[in-house]
Amino acid sequence: MAAMVQRFRASLITTPTASLINLVGLAIVVVALVATVQRVVTAQGGATYFFQTMGFGLALGAIFALVALGYTMVYGIIELINFAHGDVFTLGAFISAAVLPIFGLTEGRTFGIGLILPLIGVFLVTMLACALINVGIERVAYRPLRHAPRLAPLITAIGMSAFLEGVMNVWRGPFTLHYPDLLPESQIPLGGGVTIAAKAVTVIVLAVVLMVALTVFVNRSTLGKAMRATAQDRDAAQLMGIDINRTIAATFFIGAALAGAGGIIYGLYYNSYSAFDGFTYGLYAFTAAVFGGIGNIPGAALGGILIGVIYAISDGYFTVSWTQVLVFGILIFVLVFRPTGLLGMRVPEK
Amino acid sequence: MTRAQEFVRANLRNPNAVAYFLMAAGALFFPAIVQFATGGNGDYLVGLAADGGIYILMAIGLNVVVGFAGLLDLGYAAFFAIGSYTYALVASNHLGVTPIGHNLHVPFWIALFIGMFVAAGAGALLGAPTLRLRGDYLAIVTLGFGEIVPRVFRNAGIWTGGVPGISALDVPSLPGWFVGPWVGQDFGWAPDFRFTSANLTAYYVLMVVLITFVVILVNNLHGSRLGRAWMAVREDETAAAASGVNTVTIKLLAFSIGAATSGFAGAFYGAKLSYVSSENFGFIVSVTVLAMVVLGGMGNIPGAMLGGIVLYFILFWLLPNAPLQMQSLASSLGLDSLNHSSPNGWPGIAEVVSRSKYVIFGLILVGIMLLRPQGLLPSQIRKQELRHEEHEALAAPRQLQG
Repeated sequence: MAAMVQRFRASLITTPTASLINLVGLAIVVVALVATVQRVVTAQGGATYFFQTMGFGLALGAIFALVALGYTMVYGIIELINFAHGDVFTLGAFISAAVLPIFGLTEGRTFGIGLILPLIGVFLVTMLACALINVGIERVAYRPLRHAPRLAPLITAIGMSAFLEGVMNVWRGPFTLHYPDLLPESQIPLGGGVTIAAKAVTVIVLAVVLMVALTVFVNRSTLGKAMRATAQDRDAAQLMGIDINRTIAATFFIGAALAGAGGIIYGLYYNSYSAFDGFTYGLYAFTAAVFGGIGNIPGAALGGILIGVIYAISDGYFTVSWTQVLVFGILIFVLVFRPTGLLGMRVPEK
Repeated sequence: MTRAQEFVRANLRNPNAVAYFLMAAGALFFPAIVQFATGGNGDYLVGLAADGGIYILMAIGLNVVVGFAGLLDLGYAAFFAIGSYTYALVASNHLGVTPIGHNLHVPFWIALFIGMFVAAGAGALLGAPTLRLRGDYLAIVTLGFGEIVPRVFRNAGIWTGGVPGISALDVPSLPGWFVGPWVGQDFGWAPDFRFTSANLTAYYVLMVVLITFVVILVNNLHGSRLGRAWMAVREDETAAAASGVNTVTIKLLAFSIGAATSGFAGAFYGAKLSYVSSENFGFIVSVTVLAMVVLGGMGNIPGAMLGGIVLYFILFWLLPNAPLQMQSLASSLGLDSLNHSSPNGWPGIAEVVSRSKYVIFGLILVGIMLLRPQGLLPSQIRKQELRHEEHEALAAPRQLQG
């Protein structure tokens, strides 16, 4: 704990202007927090409404976190903002919607073991498909530009994003499509007459399982070790005999698998999806990654949850139309006042 | 040899000079050619070209930011929106319905510069705290800003007209203007001339004048001390700072000048359309302009203009017409069944073609970056730098061995 506090303090910039900037930022945060708490406490609906809102926020945050993990892993390893990542997420919804009928999953099935097993199959197929597509994108659009100026891969990333959106648009049209409703609709009582939606709980559990699996993988497996080594120092990792190209491809593979799973969960939770969702959701997820500290895996998960909760509170207690402005405002705010994010460390400019 | 001959010979081998000459000639003769080719019904096309000029202006401005200074701005449409809305507020009856309760009708020629300065101010305001960030963080900040601005305009209710936007903006007017056969009259001088949708050639001429003005301005900037500082910052920020370049000021200037050009284009856009709505300033506009700059050649003014012309032609002329062309092509090949939507999800070939706009975007951006990163009409300096880097890369291993 003490070490964490010390690290946090060391990460704050210490010049006078910078401390003034930090002070201003802190003041804004405090005012916003006080206003929010006051609004939540005095709002109509009481605890029931609050827990519904939080359930929505956590479910949304879990989806953001899954997508944010991919952004943060790719950024951590090759310092590239993979703009196409948000569209790989939407692709997950598209592919799974096409795969669902093959596994015999149609609307109206009761939730049970007979539904969970094929659903796992859908998850595996979709995650694999998304992962392979993302590895393909890396191979075609990013690998040839690894030694080019930084702007070049960023532009191809935008190009790949537009390309994927275009492909989905050609495939299913620019409409909002219906995703089969498979999750239970019931409410789980929390005691005292307060309930939480079972759907939200399912989504959160799914996301947590995936994130725990990822953390174990990155911290325990050899490939995970290679990833961490490559992220720290690519040249040194290469000298230690790590196959850089394979490690980077694996990072793209895992990130896209998580994003694809996020796409399925998004479809299951909202029961709708469209070709251009990925742009906005990708941006939210990226905000989450920046918020938590880009390049930091627990940070991305934390940022995702926080952004989801902020989103839900803004929707539930303030006005819906300003929520997006608020989220992107947070993005700019974080980058101006604390570019390292909540858990990130200051990295020297290379 | 006469001076003129010398001049021509000296510039014939300079692709930029040739491009400028061809574009100027094209701009000059375009209305006449179009009217002649369509038998006098070319007004629509001339108006379309004037709209294309808006994109070309923006491409020139974004080229300053991305091409000269190497800052990736993904929210460029935000400044375009700010310019448009500024024009809408100072040149319509709208301020009368806001709590201010007092109309403003600033003449177009002044409002154009108001829009420009407001956009530049917004650029400076956004840039001042964020330009210290690393390049890709800046891209994200501008992207966020580009998403925020149209939504603020949409949500600001009475101040910006909300979702429907602001309509019935003032049109530009002049004390007088030439009239002639191109508007179906004898040659003459019409006093108190107003630009209307019935007189799109006037907008076209105005656009060409504005582009010329901006090109001269930006070209001079490029050749100045500031232009060299931009290049230094783009190539190596640390080295530039060590050589005494104030990198933050330099970057801020590039950012603001880019924003100003976009605001300038925005004010023109508002005046020509006589209407602004928050729907017209999405991310797609920013990406389109970026694709124009990348396609044409980052860091080269005629390159960015050429990219603008080519991409505008593809997106706003070829693609809108392609669905019908494809339909008739399919019919003539005896594949009529392709033209009709079928229940198993085939929406008809026309629909498929019109949906593939984003695919084409993506392929252009990726393809250009991979195959010809210097663009269609590359900057000569940039090209030498790229070649230089190649030599360095080849030489590096030998240095290691030695």
